Amino acid sequence: MTITIHYAFLPHTDADAALAFYRDTLGFELRNDVGYQDMRWLTVGPPNQPETGIVLHPPAADPGITDDERRTILELIAKGSYGALTLATDDLDGLFDRLQAGGADVVQEPTEQPYGVRDCAFRDPTGNLIRINERR
Amino acid sequence: MPPHPATDDPAFAQRLRDLTRLRRVRDRIDREYAEPLDVEALARGEHMSAGHLSRQFRQTYGESPYAYLMTRRIERAMALLRRGDLNVTDVCFAVGCQSLGTFTTRFTELVGEPPGAYRARHAPDTAEPPPCLTKQATRPIRNREARTGRPPLP
Repeated sequence: MTITIHYAFLPHTDADAALAFYRDTLGFELRNDVGYQDMRWLTVGPPNQPETGIVLHPPAADPGITDDERRTILELIAKGSYGALTLATDDLDGLFDRLQAGGADVVQEPTEQPYGVRDCAFRDPTGNLIRINERR
Repeated sequence: MPPHPATDDPAFAQRLRDLTRLRRVRDRIDREYAEPLDVEALARGEHMSAGHLSRQFRQTYGESPYAYLMTRRIERAMALLRRGDLNVTDVCFAVGCQSLGTFTTRFTELVGEPPGAYRARHAPDTAEPPPCLTKQATRPIRNREARTGRPPLP
């Protein structure tokens, strides 16, 4: 028996901005775009990893979430303490340059970390922290 | 997004914009901590007064932007000191501190010993634990200063 990671979930607060970042700047493919009322769920992923995707979803859309909880979730997203994702690439500097040139918000330039990783970090347009590790 | 009391409330929408500005300030500290940043410069970048930024930042993240900035610098300084090829003054300036005195005081408050002693105790020829343990064990302590005194004998 093997298990793979199939979907992981990140919130978005603006579907078009999220799509511009993940598809146009990062180079992910858009695999699904589902709308319901004013909400959109976008499934994206790297072309070389067709079985693992990220579902960008409207935050706190679960009807079981109260107004207070919804406010809290939106506040946590805005202050940058909610969603996170770590990617890996064999060309960290190339990807960093591409994302920076695409106007993404830089949180950390490529840095050799004391715990044995070289990485950089960005915010996606929603405020999710996207770290990128160098594969080596 | 569908009509919703939380997002249709203009005051709440403003609160989310304010939080987003604070996030940009914190991200800027993470990005530029090694530059000669201070709270006035951070506040100017978001068109706020330094006092307003400090209050809002502390309310939101539990510590002042100055404390966050210095913790970030000390965290990096610890890593550089453990390498063993840089002296304390080099490390102080490499992490953006302008004053060796302030650096040493803050380092000692957070880590529990002065940077020179910390460097001496972490000679690079000792066997390295796994990176994940090093990351945990060497993190500076946020919001809770390390005790600088000797622990009482049992």
